[in-house]
Amino acid sequence: MSELVRIENLKVYYPVRSGFFNRITDNIKAVDDVSFTIEAGQTYGLVGESGSGKTTIGKSLVGLENPTSGKILFEGQEVTQIKQKKAINYNKDVQMVFQDSQSSLNPRKTIGEIIAEPLKSFGVPNKIGAGYGGERSFEQSKVDERVLELLDIVGLPARTISQYPFQFSGGQRQRIGVARALATNPRLIVADEPVSALDLSVQAQVLNFMKKIQRDYAISFLFISHDLGVVKYMTNNIAIMHNGRFVELGTTEDIFNDASHIYTKRLLSAIPSLDVSQREAKRVYRKKVEAEFTQHQDTYYQQDGKRLRAYDLQQVTKTHFVALENGGV
Amino acid sequence: MKEKLLDAKDVSVAFKIAGEYQTALHKVNLSINRGEVLALVGESGSGKSTFAMSVMGLHNPEQTQVTGSIKLNDNELIGLTERQFDKYRGVSVGMIFQDPLSSLNPLMKIGDQIAEAITVHDKQSKEVKNRVQQLLLDVGIVDAKRVSQQYPHELSGGMRQRVMIAIALANEPDLIIADEPTTALDATIQAQILDLIKEIQLKKNAGILLITHDLGVVAEMADSVNVMYAGQIVEQASVEELFNNPKHPYTRSLLRADPSDVNPGEDLYAIPGTVPALNDMDHSKDLFLQRVPWLNDEVVNAPVSEELQKVNAQHYVRGNVWKTFEFEEPVNNEEQV
Ligand SMILES: Nc1ncnc2c1ncn2[C@@H]1O[C@H](COP(=O)(O)OP(=O)(O)O)[C@@H](O)[C@H]1O
Ligand SMILES: Nc1ncnc2c1ncn2[C@@H]1O[C@H](COP(=O)(O)OP(=O)(O)O)[C@@H](O)[C@H]1O
Ligand SMILES: [Mg+2]
Ligand SMILES: [Mg+2]
Repeated sequence: MSELVRIENLKVYYPVRSGFFNRITDNIKAVDDVSFTIEAGQTYGLVGESGSGKTTIGKSLVGLENPTSGKILFEGQEVTQIKQKKAINYNKDVQMVFQDSQSSLNPRKTIGEIIAEPLKSFGVPNKIGAGYGGERSFEQSKVDERVLELLDIVGLPARTISQYPFQFSGGQRQRIGVARALATNPRLIVADEPVSALDLSVQAQVLNFMKKIQRDYAISFLFISHDLGVVKYMTNNIAIMHNGRFVELGTTEDIFNDASHIYTKRLLSAIPSLDVSQREAKRVYRKKVEAEFTQHQDTYYQQDGKRLRAYDLQQVTKTHFVALENGGV
Repeated sequence: MKEKLLDAKDVSVAFKIAGEYQTALHKVNLSINRGEVLALVGESGSGKSTFAMSVMGLHNPEQTQVTGSIKLNDNELIGLTERQFDKYRGVSVGMIFQDPLSSLNPLMKIGDQIAEAITVHDKQSKEVKNRVQQLLLDVGIVDAKRVSQQYPHELSGGMRQRVMIAIALANEPDLIIADEPTTALDATIQAQILDLIKEIQLKKNAGILLITHDLGVVAEMADSVNVMYAGQIVEQASVEELFNNPKHPYTRSLLRADPSDVNPGEDLYAIPGTVPALNDMDHSKDLFLQRVPWLNDEVVNAPVSEELQKVNAQHYVRGNVWKTFEFEEPVNNEEQV
């Protein structure tokens, strides 16, 4: 396996201003010292409750936010700041799909124009596939051709080209977002809650189709979601995030079969199960986990003002990392 | 002995759209007993909220035709005037919506809003104050004193939903209607709110109409389930029957679209097509069958009896296709939007 992106000690703080001079009086530690590695062709889930810092990590990764400190490396090259990313045309390799395609697709542009945008900036690769570069063409005819090809891949008819975002349903707009993300042959797609706003039947279409792209084009995925059920289905590796920190990191099996941090257990116990016969037992278990979460916080967290701050991750097996003081011993 | 609380018979609703009435709900029959949680499930646009609004008398009478019968404790609700409805709403029927922020008054302290909901004349009385504190405690808000002095925007989404539930409970309603009560919440908060609703239901022996698009929520909460598609009920069963022995093609399709039960190596079942538009619904057919590509036109267009077919005493299904329905394998998921 080869390393694609490495994040080292990433911190993203947002200033809180107050008082007469509107001075910075405090910081929101949206991301508070997080490190991890994304390998080529692998899929990762990033899970946590709202406000835990997931989107902020995604934005730093694709270059929509400048980190406060720490490093982001792409194939060993430093791309921490937005201008470093721009200098190497980083966004031809790393793209993002947003939750709300309604607001991320420009309402005044046609679907054709929207998908063509990244092709015009980075050129049209001569073949579709992760990282496949070759000679990139800037010819209009090649752009048009590729837009049609991309629409076909995401299962939308050619006439879509001249239509506008409002003419499409949520699921279709999500496909358009994916087509745009796919245009430049990225090596990594960051998908931020891409199906959270969709009905089950439409969610199934979008998930199947993202899986297919992952398989066919060997693209790495960072799949951000608050829904552990969806992440379990979509990814091989999962990071659990709470208050800007990673509390647990492992393979999907590590997380689902051997969860060790109370916060992970809490998230797992909250997933509604379709097994009706288990529901009383689950309710009892959920109460037990909830009690442990409130009563044994110092086992799992340092106090940082009023906020719970998870310990640094400790390695427990080759693939599994947990944020426990001294590794929980 | 089961005590029937809500009894809906042949409830149909049509909205006036561009000068013409279009049917959004067609002949819905269901009943809820005291102490029962009845889940109404289906994808968005299927008519769930339209049904709830009919029970609560919230449709605009100039733009909406509501027909059939809805009885609460044997009293007919359809045809009541706005003032007559006021005797039920918030009194014998409590309501919880998806987005508490839009149902709470942003300019009013939480405590005052709950007091306002309590139907006595002197809102400032000691008795009302105590009741407000008790209601907040009942919904798991321990620092009730402090919270009652706060405004809605100062509370988290989960706390706001608790406040909505306190308001819904203010007058010890017989029936609670919860329309997507946890859809906007994180899973852990959802679990807490669902547990709270369950606790209240057991303690107060209220009936609950729980509306959701989430099968997990249904499995966690419901005693009985009604699956709705395009304004009609297609399956009606006890919760065990519905999950262990689903019959209608729509129910079975939904269950196969849910990733929580599917092995990551397999594709999910993506239901092709979309719910038909209101002006394109012929309710004499089983409208879901249009979304089953391998059925022939004769089956898809066959007229369907208005009566649900009996599977057993706890289980009824629309039409007859369920008797022979099978998924075509392997499922082709690629050409669908
Ligand atoms: N632009 C911003 N300015 C100030 N605070 C922000 C900004 N963006 C996010 N935050 C805060 O940072 C924290 C993490 O937010 P976010 O990354 O959006 O979390 P998530 O995606 O997990 O819900 C939250 O407390 C949020 O309010
Ligand atoms: N006031 C209204 N006027 C016109 N159409 C409406 C109105 N309310 C709902 N509808 C339509 O009725 C159908 C059912 O809607 P709704 O009951 O809100 O579905 P659900 O709650 O299951 O998502 C939808 O097609 C919706 O657009
Ligand atoms: Mg987010
Ligand atoms: Mg609704």
